[in-house]
Amino acid sequence: MTPFGTLREIRDAVQSGARRAVDVCEASLATIESRDPALHAFNTVVRDRALARAAAIDRHPSRSTLPLAGVPVAVKDNICTSGVRTTASSKILETFVPPYDATVVQRLEAAGAIIVGKANCDEFAMGSSTETSAFGPTMNPWDTTKIPGGTSGGSAVAVAAGMTPLALGSDTGGSIRQPAALCGIVGLKPTYGRVSRYGLLAHASSLDQIGPMTRTVDDAAIALSVLAGHDAADATSARAAVADYASALTADTASLTIGIPRTLIDTGVDPEVGKAFYAALDVLSGHGATVIDIDLPHAGAAIPVYYLVSTAEASSNLARYDGVRFGYRAPSEAAGPGGRMQDDLKAMYGRTRARGFGPEVKRRIMLGTYVLSAGYYDAYYLKAQKVRTLIRRDYEQAFARVDVVAMPTSPTAAFTLGEKLSDPLQMYLADIFTVSANLSGLPAISVPCGFTTSQLPIGLQLTGRLFDEATILQAAHVYERHTSWWTHHPPSR
Amino acid sequence: MAASTAAPLPQYEAVIGLEIHAQLQTASKIFCGCSTAFGAPPNSHVCPVCLGFPGALPVLNGAAVDFAICAGLALGCRINESSVFARKNYFYPDLPKGYQISQYELPIAVDGAVEFTMPSDSAQGRHVRVGITRAHMEEDAGKSLHEGFTDSDRKTYVDYNRSGVPLIEIVTEPDLRSAADAAEFFTRLRALLVWLGVNDGNMEEGSLRCDANVSIRLRGNPTLGTKAEVKNLNSFRFLQKAIEYEIERQTDLLEEGGRVVQETRLWDAAAGVTVSMRSKEEAHDYRYFPEPDLPRVHADPARVDRIRVAMPELPPVRRQRFVADYRLPDYDATQLTESRAMSEYFEAAVHAGAPAKAVSNWMMGDLARVLKERRLDIACSPVPAARLAGLLSLIERGTISGAIAKTVFETMVATGRTADDIVKAEGLTQIDDESAIVGLIQGVLDANADAVAAYRGGKTTTFGFLVGQVMKQAAGKANPKRVNELLKRALDS
Repeated sequence: MTPFGTLREIRDAVQSGARRAVDVCEASLATIESRDPALHAFNTVVRDRALARAAAIDRHPSRSTLPLAGVPVAVKDNICTSGVRTTASSKILETFVPPYDATVVQRLEAAGAIIVGKANCDEFAMGSSTETSAFGPTMNPWDTTKIPGGTSGGSAVAVAAGMTPLALGSDTGGSIRQPAALCGIVGLKPTYGRVSRYGLLAHASSLDQIGPMTRTVDDAAIALSVLAGHDAADATSARAAVADYASALTADTASLTIGIPRTLIDTGVDPEVGKAFYAALDVLSGHGATVIDIDLPHAGAAIPVYYLVSTAEASSNLARYDGVRFGYRAPSEAAGPGGRMQDDLKAMYGRTRARGFGPEVKRRIMLGTYVLSAGYYDAYYLKAQKVRTLIRRDYEQAFARVDVVAMPTSPTAAFTLGEKLSDPLQMYLADIFTVSANLSGLPAISVPCGFTTSQLPIGLQLTGRLFDEATILQAAHVYERHTSWWTHHPPSR
Repeated sequence: MAASTAAPLPQYEAVIGLEIHAQLQTASKIFCGCSTAFGAPPNSHVCPVCLGFPGALPVLNGAAVDFAICAGLALGCRINESSVFARKNYFYPDLPKGYQISQYELPIAVDGAVEFTMPSDSAQGRHVRVGITRAHMEEDAGKSLHEGFTDSDRKTYVDYNRSGVPLIEIVTEPDLRSAADAAEFFTRLRALLVWLGVNDGNMEEGSLRCDANVSIRLRGNPTLGTKAEVKNLNSFRFLQKAIEYEIERQTDLLEEGGRVVQETRLWDAAAGVTVSMRSKEEAHDYRYFPEPDLPRVHADPARVDRIRVAMPELPPVRRQRFVADYRLPDYDATQLTESRAMSEYFEAAVHAGAPAKAVSNWMMGDLARVLKERRLDIACSPVPAARLAGLLSLIERGTISGAIAKTVFETMVATGRTADDIVKAEGLTQIDDESAIVGLIQGVLDANADAVAAYRGGKTTTFGFLVGQVMKQAAGKANPKRVNELLKRALDS
């Protein structure tokens, strides 16, 4: 079997006993061993733990009904795994081992999935390229001189390179969808509140959402049914009913209305991406969809609003990394005559956070602190919240006419490592098509829709109504059936 | 500077507002399931949520909201149907998340008032009304332990058992004009909160704390002077003394041509002075913003009504009822409604058949003395209400005299036996029998011929002496009324 078996194939084989979970796990670990030195998708690989759990699945009395029986999974390193180091790719948490599992981890493991390791990401999920990781960047398997996107770059690469058929990502402004697009896989950001955030290291609490990254739409649907659902430990998790999303993916045509915000797309999208995008719409309209133009008048403000709201929340969320109770603490400094310890609390905080956080995290903490400061709160934070409401209304109005909003996931294909690292504003613009789904809480999926002439993947993004993951999965699935992009795999060297 | 006198110079007027933190009497913390019990070993009532671990999320304890609503109603406040939690951001080791979850712009309760009459020498006390600006919910912080360890010269330890304990902060309008009024208000407020069962009133354990905002101005001047906030006022006496000191200090400053600076001051109980803690310039910018991890708190009218209906009768209402129903003097009714336990004890004794005024007398007399000696709350009285009623019924029926009742009461306290038991076992039943009393009288008259002669000669004051002699012969058990009658008859015959 190739390393590119789908989640469904693996699950079915383990359920029926055709393959042992231990063998599936060994194969996954072997691919990681051969591919990861060049790609660096993982911060931590848990070989022994994974094999022990796989063996337990092989002995599991209800193995034949486990929805993710024996499915190897990469978990983004900002999601807590009990007993397994969880770093958020930050030096400040380099040695942090949580004593508890995130709710999604519990659900995955209860469903029979095998966690093989923790995937690299941008530090505290801040970035668009996985280059801000304190442990070094992840490389795009289609071209290792290119970034994989971010912040869930390690998760995307684990799936794209055939290491695991499933990875968990988190998406605050596009962090599942953009790396999925740039690595040629499927990435789904569910509706805000659809999947529990308990155990996800918060970046921006009102925007963060965990979701699956897979090679097929069907696989994403299977995973979503496992992950989704109300969690008493997350007060923002919704009580909305969870469907069996995969079983609903039967139609061959998508008789729905797709809206495209043409003015937004046509300004500043790479021509090759634009071409692939419009070709994808032709496929959909060839199979039942009606495509109409829509207007999202406030979409242009999405990036500034996003960076005000997300940095404000982040500045507060990251205050707990203070060196007092867990994680990195800068060593005390001897000072003064006789080497007497002259260490006060402020100095300890200052040194710990100066050395523990990387430059992008510090930049955002400073921005967010400023945004919330006395005298600036109304002008920045409050105003941003008002514009956020307008952006949400734009979508509400659009969804009165259409079932799905389509955009390219990213304005460009993968860029070169280091290219934008020193230009934060350019980096932030990579999120132009993705942030509004977070600001309005809407579900959105990215599916592969072609390649550039230099063989870099391009993604199509479909955004749906609140809690209507079923419709975007359906549309993405119809598109996937009538195209073969998803069958392309990156070169193995 | 000496702060010896309580009153400011007559041309000045003090303006005082209080901020009271009261722990809500829930079994578990406000955002997690940890116990709120006081006195456990350090860091034994903690979990990822109240330790602010990465990925942990708060979930609101509904019981804390109910208590806050109950307190709000008793303070005459309007309960906001929708209220909002906010983050108050600052760094301190005992604040695990780097922010305190509190309420800011939309607190649960607003616009109330507490009214009371200042006790005074004159029959008519002075009426005081203190507006309640707001009452909001928040979580307590942990406790920094700076002393008591062998390495306390170098280290501070932190106990997080208190972290996440639910509080309400009650903020008054600047309606108080003297330290005595402030202390009386705080006394009333404490009694009210304890009465409601919202707070245990224990200031030593820190479940009730008070800060005071104090300023002075020229009498008649409508604008407020610059205030100082005085912290650490954890007893009624400290509150009063600190305010007196502060009024004196500010008066002296103004009199010397100086001005008051806005600052936070700490009460130093040992030295009896307030000392500057931080100036306005050093004050934190708390960067409040709505807590994105928690939805709005809904206190719909049905919920508020349910709490209102379940609330105990409040002290002023009960006081009036005691006067009306039991024909108690106003003084008695006021004393008996100082605590809910006391008023309940009173009613229980009356319902058990004892005369109301007698119960009141005993509660304020012998029972109060015993409780004070033994430092017991009335709820733990060694003589429960029904048993006190039993004793009083024996007096009422004439089975024992009032004097004997006092001895019986002491035995009840010491042994826990019923009055009936003691009276029977020790043969204390009152001697009513005429022939027995006449026999005793005859013996006394025979033995005291001089006194008899004196009485008959017109020196009627010897009558009392003769009564005493008869009672002595009867070991106090003779019915005093009968002794009087029969002795008089014997002497006058």
